[in-house]
Amino acid sequence: MIALDPSFLAVQALSGLSSASSLFITACGLTIVFGVTRIVNFAHGSLYMIGAYTAATLIPRLLEFSFGPTAFWAGILASALIVGVIGVIIEVVLLRRIYGAPELFQLLATFGVVLVVQDLVVQVFGPEDILGPRAPGLRAPVDILGRRFPSYELALIAAGPIVLGLVWLLLRRTRFGVLVRAATQDRDMVASLGVNQALLFTGTLFLGAFLAGLGGALQIPRVSANTGMDLAIIAEAFVVTVVGGMGSVPGAFLAALIIGQLQAFGILIFPKSTLVVVFLLMAVVLAIRPYGLFGRAEVIGGTHAVGIASRKPQPGRPFILLFTVAALAGFPLIADAYLLKVATEILIFALFAFSLQLLIGVGGLVSFGHAAFFGLGAYGAALAVKWFGTSMETALPLGLALAALGAGLIGAFVVRLSGIYLAMMTLAAAQILYAVAFQWVDVTGGDNGIVGVWPSRWASGPVPYYLLTAALTLVAVLLLKRIIDAPFGYALRAARDSEARAEAIGLAIRRHRWLAFIAAGAAAGLAGGLYAFSRGSVDPSLLGISTSVDALTMLLLGGIQTVIGPLVGAGALHALRDWIMPLTPLWRLFLGLSIIAMVLLFPRGLVGTVRDRWEARA
Amino acid sequence: MTLLTVTGLHKSFGGVVAARDVSFTVARGEMLAIIGPNGAGKSTVFNMVGGQLGPDRGQVLIDGQDITHASPQARFRGGVGRTFQVAQTFLSMSAAENVQMALISRFRQSRGLWTPARERHRAGAVDLLAQVGMAEAADMPCSALAYGDVKRVELAIALAGQPKLLLMDEPTAGMAPQERAALMDLTASIAASQGIGVLFTEHDMDVVFGHAARVIVLLRGQIIAAGTPDEIRQDPQVRRAYLGDSHALEPSQGTGPA
Repeated sequence: MIALDPSFLAVQALSGLSSASSLFITACGLTIVFGVTRIVNFAHGSLYMIGAYTAATLIPRLLEFSFGPTAFWAGILASALIVGVIGVIIEVVLLRRIYGAPELFQLLATFGVVLVVQDLVVQVFGPEDILGPRAPGLRAPVDILGRRFPSYELALIAAGPIVLGLVWLLLRRTRFGVLVRAATQDRDMVASLGVNQALLFTGTLFLGAFLAGLGGALQIPRVSANTGMDLAIIAEAFVVTVVGGMGSVPGAFLAALIIGQLQAFGILIFPKSTLVVVFLLMAVVLAIRPYGLFGRAEVIGGTHAVGIASRKPQPGRPFILLFTVAALAGFPLIADAYLLKVATEILIFALFAFSLQLLIGVGGLVSFGHAAFFGLGAYGAALAVKWFGTSMETALPLGLALAALGAGLIGAFVVRLSGIYLAMMTLAAAQILYAVAFQWVDVTGGDNGIVGVWPSRWASGPVPYYLLTAALTLVAVLLLKRIIDAPFGYALRAARDSEARAEAIGLAIRRHRWLAFIAAGAAAGLAGGLYAFSRGSVDPSLLGISTSVDALTMLLLGGIQTVIGPLVGAGALHALRDWIMPLTPLWRLFLGLSIIAMVLLFPRGLVGTVRDRWEARA
Repeated sequence: MTLLTVTGLHKSFGGVVAARDVSFTVARGEMLAIIGPNGAGKSTVFNMVGGQLGPDRGQVLIDGQDITHASPQARFRGGVGRTFQVAQTFLSMSAAENVQMALISRFRQSRGLWTPARERHRAGAVDLLAQVGMAEAADMPCSALAYGDVKRVELAIALAGQPKLLLMDEPTAGMAPQERAALMDLTASIAASQGIGVLFTEHDMDVVFGHAARVIVLLRGQIIAAGTPDEIRQDPQVRRAYLGDSHALEPSQGTGPA
C-alpha cells in the first residue's frame, strides 16, 4: 500500500501546503476586493496571469545584472507592484462605473476584461509559454524522510503565512486597514461617515491586484507562464473564497489549507480529477453553510434583480407568429448551404439563451454555469449514439433527459443559495462536468470528444436539419414563453421581486426555483443535442466557461428585460462573430470590449433600448 | 372569541433577552397594538408571531392550532396575512396582478403552466382592490404607484388570502399623516366587517390610541401593561417608560402634523 508509506504521506502533505500557500495569496486578494467593493472580480485570474508573465520576462533580465536571491525576490515584488498598478487602472476605468450595477453586469464586465487581457497578453508577451528561472539559492532539492523535495516549495509554504501575517498587520494596524474592515462590514455606513470612497476602493483594488500578481509571480519557478492560467486559477480562487466565506481573509486561509490537502490526497481517491474533489467540497460546504465557513448573510439592500416586467399583450400576436413561421419555413428557398448552417446555429443558440432567460430574466437566478446543461444535452445525445448506437430520434430526448436530470441535481443544491453564491455554485457545477468530460477519457474521449454524431438520414443535409432545428426551437420557445406568462412564471417573478412577500402569500420559493432549473436545463439540453448533431461531434469546450458566457452575452446583448431579447441577441452575437472573426486575430479583445461597452452604455440591450425609444416617442 | 393565543414567548440573542414570557390574545375583529420604546422587543415579538424568528420557548396558537414553528407559507394557509414595515409588493407587476398572484397561490395554482396568470382571478382581484379604494389603479404598474397607494395594494394582497389574522408591522411608517388615519380607518372597517383580528406595531400614538381596541406595552422584552387606550394613558409604569416623552401619550389636539 503506497498510501501507508510515511515519507510519501509527508511529501504529499508538504506539496499540499505549498499549493495552499499559492492559492491563498491569490484568493486573499479576491476576497478583500469582494469584501469592500462587493464585486466578484473575474479579472483577478487575469491579473495573476499578468503577474506570472511579467515575472517570467523581468526576472531573467534582473538576474543578468546581478545573479542572486536579492534580484530574484526584488523581481517578484516588482512584478506584483506592476500588476497592482494595472489593477488600479481597471478600477478607475471600469469598476468605478459599475459598483451600483446588478451582479450579473458586474460579472460580465469583469469577464470582458478577462477576454481583453487574453489577447493583450499574447500581443505583449508573445504566443509561446515562458519558462521562468529557478530561484537562486533554492535550486537543490532537500531530503524529506528519504525523498527529494524541491526547496522552492518550502519557501512557498512559508510565503502563505508571511502574507497572511502582513495582511493581518495591514488590516489591524493601519488606518487603511480599519477602513477596509469597516467597509467589508457595512459599506454604506463607511460612506456616510465621510470616508473618501474612491480612494478606499482604488487602494483596495491595488492591494487585491498586488496579491494576484504576487501569487502569479511566485509560480514561475514551478510552471511556465501560459495563456490558460487565468481561468484555471480563477475557478480555484472562487472555490477558496466561497468556501472560506466571501470577504473573510482567515476563511480564505483555512479554505486554501483544506483544498491544498484535498488536492494532494485527492489524487489517491480520484487519480484523474482532483478538481472534482475540490468542487465537491465546495458543494458540501455551501449545502451546510450557505455563506461559507466564515461568511455572513448578505444584507440585501433593495432589489438587485433586473428582469422581465409585465407588459400589455401586443395586438396582432397571431400574425407575428404566423409571419415568423413563414419566414423560418421559407428561408431555405433563398439561402445557400452556408447560410443555412449559420441559421441553424443561431436558432440553436437562441434556444440556449432563451432557456437561460427563464432563470435570469424571470427568476432572477444568475446562473453562471448554464453551459452545464447545454453540454449535458450534447454529451447525452453523443454518448447514446456512441455507446448504444441509438438513432437521432432516441438520442435527442435522451440528451434532453440527461440535462434535465443534471439540472434537477444541481438545482437542488443551488436553490438554497442566493445572489453571488448561486452564481459561483452554478459555475462550479459546470466546471465539475467540464473536468469529468475532459478527464474521463475512456467514456467521453477526453479532449478529443466524441465524433460521428450524425443525424438520421431523413434529417441530414442542410435543409432538412435546418427545418428540424427551426421546428423544435420554435416549439420549445413557444412552450417556454407560455410558461413565463403562466402562474409558474409569475411565481418565479414574484420570488425575484420580493422573497418576503412571495413567502407571505404562501409560495414555495425553493420548489418553484428548482422546477425552473429543470425546465431551463431541459431546454438547454435540447439545444445542446441539436448542436451535437449539427456538428457531428462534441468536445469538453461545450461545458466550458466561455460557452456559459456566450449565453450570458446573448442575453445582455438582446436585453434582459425583454422576452425576445435573447433570440435577437443570439442572432446579433453570431452575426458579429462571423463578420469580425475572419477580419482580425483579436476577436476576444473585440468581444471583451463590446461586452464592457454594452454594460456601460446599453444595459437594457438591443431590444430594450429600441423599445424604450419607441415608447418614448409614442 | 379568541383567535390568536400567544403564551410564554421567550427569545434571547446572546445575553440580551429580547422577549421574556410574553403572553397575550387577540379576538376576532379586534385590533391590538404593541407599543414600546425603541429596543423594547416589539419587532422580536412580532416576527415570532409572523414566523420570521423562531422562539426559544413558548407557543403561538391560531384558532387552537399550533403554528409556533410553521413556515411563512404554512402560516399563510393557516389564515395569517401580513404587511411589512417597508411595503413588499411585486414591483414588476401591475396592482391587479399582485393581487391575482396572491389569489393564484391561495387556490394552489402557482404551478399552472398553461392559462396565462393575468387571465386568472382578475375579477376577484379587482374586487379586492376596490375594497381598499384602488380599483382605478388596477392596471398601473406597482412601481409607478405612490407609496401610500402601494401600502393599500399590499393590504389587498394580504386580504386575498382570506386571513383570520392580519399582522401589520408599522402599517403607517413612511406615510403622510392624513393618509395614516385613512389607511387605519379602512383597516378597522374591513377587520370589523370580516371578523379579522389585527395585530400591529406602531410608533404614531395617534394611530395607536385612535384605532386600537387594546394596547400592550413592552419594555425590555416584558409586557408592563395591557388594556384599553385610556387605561394605558393613565398607567404610571407606562408614563415612566415614556419619561420625557409622555406628551406622546396625550390625545392629540386637532389633526395637525404629528
